[in-house]
Amino acid sequence: MFVLVPMVIIFAIAFRPALPAGGIGTGWSLNAIRALADPSYPALFGRTLWTSALTTIACIAISLPVAFAMARLSPVWRARALLLVIVPFWTNFVIRVFAWQQILHAEGYLAEGLRFLHLVGENERLLGNLTAVVIVSVYTYLPFAILPLFAAAEKFDFGLLDAARDLGAKPLRAFLAVFIPGIRQGVVTAVLVVFIPMLGSYVIPDMVGGTGTQMVGNKIAQRNFTDRNLPEAAALSGALALLVLAPMFLRRKGKQS
Amino acid sequence: MGAYLRFENVTRRFGSFTAVSDVTLDIEQGETFSLLGPSGCGKTTLLRMAAGFDRPDAGRILLDGNDITFLPPDQRPVNTVFQSYALFPHLSVRDNIGFGPKIARKDAFTIRRDVDQMLELVDLKAHADKKPSQLSGGQKQRVAIARALVNKPKVLLLDEPLAALDLKLRQRLLVELDAIHDEVGITFIYVTHDQGEAMSISDRIAVMNKGVIEQIGPPPEIYEAPRSSFVAAFIGDTNFLDGRITEAIDSRFSRCGIDGFGSIVIDNDKPVRPGDLIHLSLRPEKILVSREKPSVAGDGNAISGKVEDVIYFGSHTRYWVRCGAWRLCAEMQHRNFQLDEPPPKWGDTVWLRWHANDGFLLEQYREEDEELLTLPDDET
Repeated sequence: MFVLVPMVIIFAIAFRPALPAGGIGTGWSLNAIRALADPSYPALFGRTLWTSALTTIACIAISLPVAFAMARLSPVWRARALLLVIVPFWTNFVIRVFAWQQILHAEGYLAEGLRFLHLVGENERLLGNLTAVVIVSVYTYLPFAILPLFAAAEKFDFGLLDAARDLGAKPLRAFLAVFIPGIRQGVVTAVLVVFIPMLGSYVIPDMVGGTGTQMVGNKIAQRNFTDRNLPEAAALSGALALLVLAPMFLRRKGKQS
Repeated sequence: MGAYLRFENVTRRFGSFTAVSDVTLDIEQGETFSLLGPSGCGKTTLLRMAAGFDRPDAGRILLDGNDITFLPPDQRPVNTVFQSYALFPHLSVRDNIGFGPKIARKDAFTIRRDVDQMLELVDLKAHADKKPSQLSGGQKQRVAIARALVNKPKVLLLDEPLAALDLKLRQRLLVELDAIHDEVGITFIYVTHDQGEAMSISDRIAVMNKGVIEQIGPPPEIYEAPRSSFVAAFIGDTNFLDGRITEAIDSRFSRCGIDGFGSIVIDNDKPVRPGDLIHLSLRPEKILVSREKPSVAGDGNAISGKVEDVIYFGSHTRYWVRCGAWRLCAEMQHRNFQLDEPPPKWGDTVWLRWHANDGFLLEQYREEDEELLTLPDDET
């Protein structure tokens, strides 16, 4: 209900005309839907998908070994590690992104240090690009990826790794061929939990990104707050929602047949 | 003949606990060798060191002349059948068995042929495409065996492979395992705490206790000629008697005085002289119970006592008989031709009879091993 009702309302608004003053008119109109044909949108959606995919892959790649290592700790250390994973939640999300702004700032220690080591050029910036967006996004979503993976890894029978080693698999092979399939459900959850919110993110690209890293979320916010064109914002939101839901429907259909 | 798998002065400690203490053990090619002992005796640690999951703190392990002490598990020509089976839940039976050959980069045709051969061997052809969760315990066990054997290991390690199964299935799989061993001819090392399993499947058994090997030998030798009180009490059941040699009858027999009991004839299983303290193990099934006083020859023993407990086991009945200061356990099969007299009852006076050869002189005796015996509590 709490998902469905707002969704229906948003879809409905997308078919309303926009008022110049910023309200929603009465009657029906396809203007907002037509506006989706804007030639800049495919690139925007593409960038959104790409940024989200990169972040998701990085999150999973980092979380897998972390979850593995945590599950092998003694119960006492496991609880401590879990606490460390959760601790960032105690600080407001916006403040943490702000902190990253400082860390990656052109005159920050990191940038100065890298420049000193000639790892970045004199005029290169650490902020305002895709890398910054992905780094901060990974930082933000990492706990969300670690938790489901850890929950799955905790239930994993590590004897299976012994069996794989016994049958001739090197440690990495055993990890890939036995551990990852063994926590498959956790991986699926982690991907969904990172990828879907990433698609809608707008704070991070807004604060550490630049003009070249705008995502759908930023455009929706812009239409909403700056242009006051709610139907177009709703149309964009609806398109994004369909984009997210489409693969799930396809998957379900594939399973049924 | 040199040893195929050799443990040489192997020691393994966990903190202050010594799991395996200076064990030297030679296992020959093609034999089924059992490591038998109570939990915590070090048998599983020994097996894990053979598999490569654990490393000794001292000593070496040699396989076919090569030092494998520090080889990682994936580089040893050794495979394990785990107690929990450890089948990969996401793979079918076929893919589980094919896991090893796939890792070894065999071509698809060879893998298929080898896996089919294994499915045939363990009689699981019909279940090749099932997932492990769809199999029964016995079937899982057979998959685990096939998955290990398909790699043609030099040694197959079996870690309590039947412990999770019920009695009837265990007995059937034991026979199957023996048949598989005969067919493939690979050296089997079988770890178990179940003496029945070890006795029935092994060519030789090593009985372990507290990190050391108490005795190595073929099953009949372990059973009939236990070296220590631990072996005598752990394998089957027995009575322990302490006494002092009073007279050497001839080179084979001696007379021995047992406190509060009288004088019995014993076999000189080890050299004894008058005056020596001895410890005798006497198996319950060697003792014949009768109401009438039997007539015995010079190398026989007959003593009388009072029945204190009778326990019916179906195939046999156990009697606990008070003879002076001792309570002896005797076992009787229910054969009609032996029951020409009514079976002894609680409180009856009976005669116990055995031959001097039926007892065995222990080389090592420890009081604590008496706790392993299944004696009913003394009534006060």
